[in-house]
Amino acid sequence: MDKHLVLSILVAAIGAGTPFVFAALGELVTEKSGVLNLGVEGMMLVGAVTGFIAMTKSGSLLLAVVCGMASGVAMAAVFGLLTLTLMANQVASGLALTIFGVGLSAFLGLDYKSFSLPGVNELPLPLLSELPVVGKLFFSHDILIYASFILFAGVSWFLYRTKAGLILRGIGEAPKSAHALGYNVIKIRYMAVLFGGAMAGLGGAYLSVAYTPVWVEGMVAGRGWVSLALVVFATWRPARVMFGAYLFGAITIAQFHIQGLGIEIPSQLLSMLPYLATIIVLVVISRDAKTIRLNSPASLGITYHPEA
Amino acid sequence: MKSVIRLLIPLCAVLLALLIGAGMLLSLGADPLSGYLTMFSAAFGSVEGFSETAVKSIPLLLVGVGICIAFRANVINIGGEGQMVMGALLATSVALTFPDVPSSLLIPMVLLAGAVGGAFWGAIAGALKAWFNVSEILSTIMLNIVAVQFMNFLLRGVMIDPAEVARGTGIPQTMRLSPHADLPILIEGMRMHLGVVVALLVAVGAYFLLWRTSMGFRLRAVGFNPDASRYAGISVPKNVTAALAFSGAMAGIAGAILVFGSESHRMVTDGSSTGFTGSAGFNGIVVALLAGLHPLWSIPSALLFGGMLVGANALQRAAQVPSALIIALNGLIVVFVVSSEFFKKRLLASGRVDAEAREENTLQKEKADA
Repeated sequence: MDKHLVLSILVAAIGAGTPFVFAALGELVTEKSGVLNLGVEGMMLVGAVTGFIAMTKSGSLLLAVVCGMASGVAMAAVFGLLTLTLMANQVASGLALTIFGVGLSAFLGLDYKSFSLPGVNELPLPLLSELPVVGKLFFSHDILIYASFILFAGVSWFLYRTKAGLILRGIGEAPKSAHALGYNVIKIRYMAVLFGGAMAGLGGAYLSVAYTPVWVEGMVAGRGWVSLALVVFATWRPARVMFGAYLFGAITIAQFHIQGLGIEIPSQLLSMLPYLATIIVLVVISRDAKTIRLNSPASLGITYHPEA
Repeated sequence: MKSVIRLLIPLCAVLLALLIGAGMLLSLGADPLSGYLTMFSAAFGSVEGFSETAVKSIPLLLVGVGICIAFRANVINIGGEGQMVMGALLATSVALTFPDVPSSLLIPMVLLAGAVGGAFWGAIAGALKAWFNVSEILSTIMLNIVAVQFMNFLLRGVMIDPAEVARGTGIPQTMRLSPHADLPILIEGMRMHLGVVVALLVAVGAYFLLWRTSMGFRLRAVGFNPDASRYAGISVPKNVTAALAFSGAMAGIAGAILVFGSESHRMVTDGSSTGFTGSAGFNGIVVALLAGLHPLWSIPSALLFGGMLVGANALQRAAQVPSALIIALNGLIVVFVVSSEFFKKRLLASGRVDAEAREENTLQKEKADA
């Protein structure tokens, strides 16, 4: 394989990985606060359809992004109400959110079936994009991909370099102690859940507005679930989330190129690849129960009762 | 009183969802009352309608019963879709291999093959959880996608109808399967077939398994408290795997029934999973949650959702209301059912709190006496 092909695969992998970056970083923050939201798929779908509708109606990328994020926040608010205020089971509520999101997005997108959009223009950064290799790889994308880089930097900084991030992580480890220290566990968890929803919505909107860019029912096609898997894969660390997201993007892209190279593998078997890879990676990561126990937030998925 | 609350609260959840659905109908310019009436009479108003509803309820009930078993063992099986597909594939290949076996033997054979195929696919996720600690939520989802691609691969490849290849149309479907494997129709001129009986038997069987056998006791014990179970000598890994295998077996039977109870008597794919399963693998979860994870309560629950599917089609014909509305409505019902757990606990606890307080009093008195 020549250098240009490898580079073009890597550039495409970054595009394919970006929906995962948004959704998985959002979910990472949610899980760091001790809440497991399985509704990522549903939130992404609703974000995708509202972003798409806003883009079709207004032609404004900004409005599309805002609408996608807002609808993700609205979905996450329902989840927060169920799990944080009504103290419902997080797993069941997350599943409910996904099932609801599948139906709601199909319903909202009825009039937009198989519409397509012109997509989002690439915006090569002056000077930086002319750097060899790195320029093409990191500085010749559309604006949303730059936003995902900034998001990564922001989340890493917030979680590990700010007091608020420390409190958030503390609440994920030991909510009772945080409560005893005077922090409002429920309020902070609400904010983490809503942030996760906004990012899932943004990931969905990126998919429908910039990456594909069409609206098809159920177009998120399991990406929300893969994002959840990526958080485990990354053992709850932002840098590894990025690595995992681009790795997954690369596997997705590679399947198209393997056929291009004239290797005779049926396309259906190739499209299993990313998902089989996910299972294998999960086996490798989870095999040692200690890895998971040491890295996952200690109160993940456990309902917190303030009065207890 | 307790049982009244248990029954009343899910009903309220359904009613609340229907109320919001009425708002959605209004927003589409349809009259909600007549809309719901159309749905109800289409689904339950006539013998033909009920027969349709029963047929639509079969996969929902089977998957739902499987979910009951898995969730009782604290295993979250979201792999119903993939397990249905794998069950159907194995059952179809049995029917393709042994087309001349008489019905009385071939029908049990294909149903069993469905169960084995689904159980195998479920057991993979179970074993990964039991011995490699892999979250079954994630592995079952990934296995769903793998199974669908596997189905597309087989139905476009070795299992494709030779006539499709000869004609060059290449629709990914099998040939018309052996008529010996057709599920017999129960009432002349209607669609209700043997699958209904099978599904009901499985539901009753699951009830007995869970509450009348030591196997079921172990499954529930592992779900209730894995540590205590381990101390009692129950193998947690084995029972986790078994729970997913049972759950998958039932989804697999559902897949087989979808093939052999279909009007075309073929297995067909449109490339997506929902094209074959009709999302029953996911909606079965809704059925089980509404039924409070009880196999027998899953029967009316499945009929409700099956009826909604039939009603949705009627509504689409009568008032051009899109059936996506019904999917959203299903989601709303789950949301309300999940949130109603809170109120249920509250109401049930109000009785329990008194008892606990009394107990505490006696404890303190005993302490004081000592």
